[in-house]
Amino acid sequence: MSARTVTVRVNGVVRTEESEHHTTLAEHLRTALRLTGTHIGCGSGDCGACVVLLDGEPVCSCLVLAVQADGREVTTVEGLAGGGGLTREQRALIEEHGLQCGFCTPGLLVRMAHAAGRGGGEEGVLAGHLCRCTGYVGIRAAVRRSAGDAGAGR
Amino acid sequence: MSAVAFDYTAPTTLDGALGALDAPGRTVALLAGGQSLVPLLTSRQVRPDVVVDLNGVAGLAGIGIGADRVRIGAMTRLREVERHRGLAAALPVLASAAAAVAHPHIRVRSTLGGSLCHAAPAAELPAVALALGAQVVLRSARGVRSVPAGRFATGAGTTVRAPDEVVTEIVFPRTGPFTYEFSELCTRGSTGYPVAGVCLGLRADGGLVRAARVVVAGCGPVPVRLPGVEAALVGRAVAGPHPGLVASVVAEATRPGSTGPEDREYRAEVAGVLLVRALAARAGREGR
Repeated sequence: MSARTVTVRVNGVVRTEESEHHTTLAEHLRTALRLTGTHIGCGSGDCGACVVLLDGEPVCSCLVLAVQADGREVTTVEGLAGGGGLTREQRALIEEHGLQCGFCTPGLLVRMAHAAGRGGGEEGVLAGHLCRCTGYVGIRAAVRRSAGDAGAGR
Repeated sequence: MSAVAFDYTAPTTLDGALGALDAPGRTVALLAGGQSLVPLLTSRQVRPDVVVDLNGVAGLAGIGIGADRVRIGAMTRLREVERHRGLAAALPVLASAAAAVAHPHIRVRSTLGGSLCHAAPAAELPAVALALGAQVVLRSARGVRSVPAGRFATGAGTTVRAPDEVVTEIVFPRTGPFTYEFSELCTRGSTGYPVAGVCLGLRADGGLVRAARVVVAGCGPVPVRLPGVEAALVGRAVAGPHPGLVASVVAEATRPGSTGPEDREYRAEVAGVLLVRALAARAGREGR
């Protein structure tokens, strides 16, 4: 009674695996589905490292049970680049030196990808994403760059 | 860390949820948005035998704007509260308080009912519900009852909700001549946890306060109204000056016999400053 089958469409691929009831979506992605791009930081919704899109909306995957994602669609950082090279957001983070250790980067990239074309500004995009390395200067520049045309971050 | 194993059920009807709550000898946790419960599970501070997921229960979400009352389903997401156009017109303070909660990827999941049931001492929505005189509607197999927001939370993280009850909706009276606003101070700019918050309701005329309602959050286990401060504001110019007001807030919010966090005097001072600023902002908007 404490486990069941969970079917999730992850990055366009239907994946069915067993999950225990108390397993979070973040743990399920990393352990059962071997998608370790999603990072688990605080486990309490503060850091944003685990952010994925659940049915198109950014959520902390550490605050959703895997069973709650059954039958739903998930996009992780692995699903952002469609095989044709890096996304605009990924290139912007590299070009503006918006990462160092990379722990916060996956959640931030998912959030930036969701914000693309929606506006919301730097503050809105960065709210709920903690970076312990960069001091945010590079990240802010990357958010500006990816929101506008190339070079807008400078 | 991982949660301790539990059983999980996701009913699709309220009767199904109430049936799942009938679990003699087993502890049951109700899962709403999960933004507070899931961390408590994974940190093992809460170890239920069963988790009853309300996310699939039909009829628990939605906002109804009536002539006299606004009804909000318990499972309505804070993002919906934040963005609902009718609500922004009818009770703008609720929308602004919802928008002040955490950050967008929390608000997309967290719910109004969950926020009230989690009953965090400095939380935004319990304070606003108290200021607005909301009623919390609970249903069980025994029937329906309605509890004033001011009597719903009994302490930090505890409420009058019985183990067999589900909060189904929160009913807010339209605010009439009062105009409300909410402000708070959070750690880490706007996205951390609130230190203290104030909900100010004001009826002003000719730049003078005719009636006031003041609720502070974060200074004790539950948000409280400050009737002494409310009475002291009557007859004053909204624009101030307000000599002694911060000290009055501190004195009343931390009065002898009350309890709260160790730093509650600091938090109450923050609340007092927020109140003074809210009055100044109101005066500024109304051209004094």
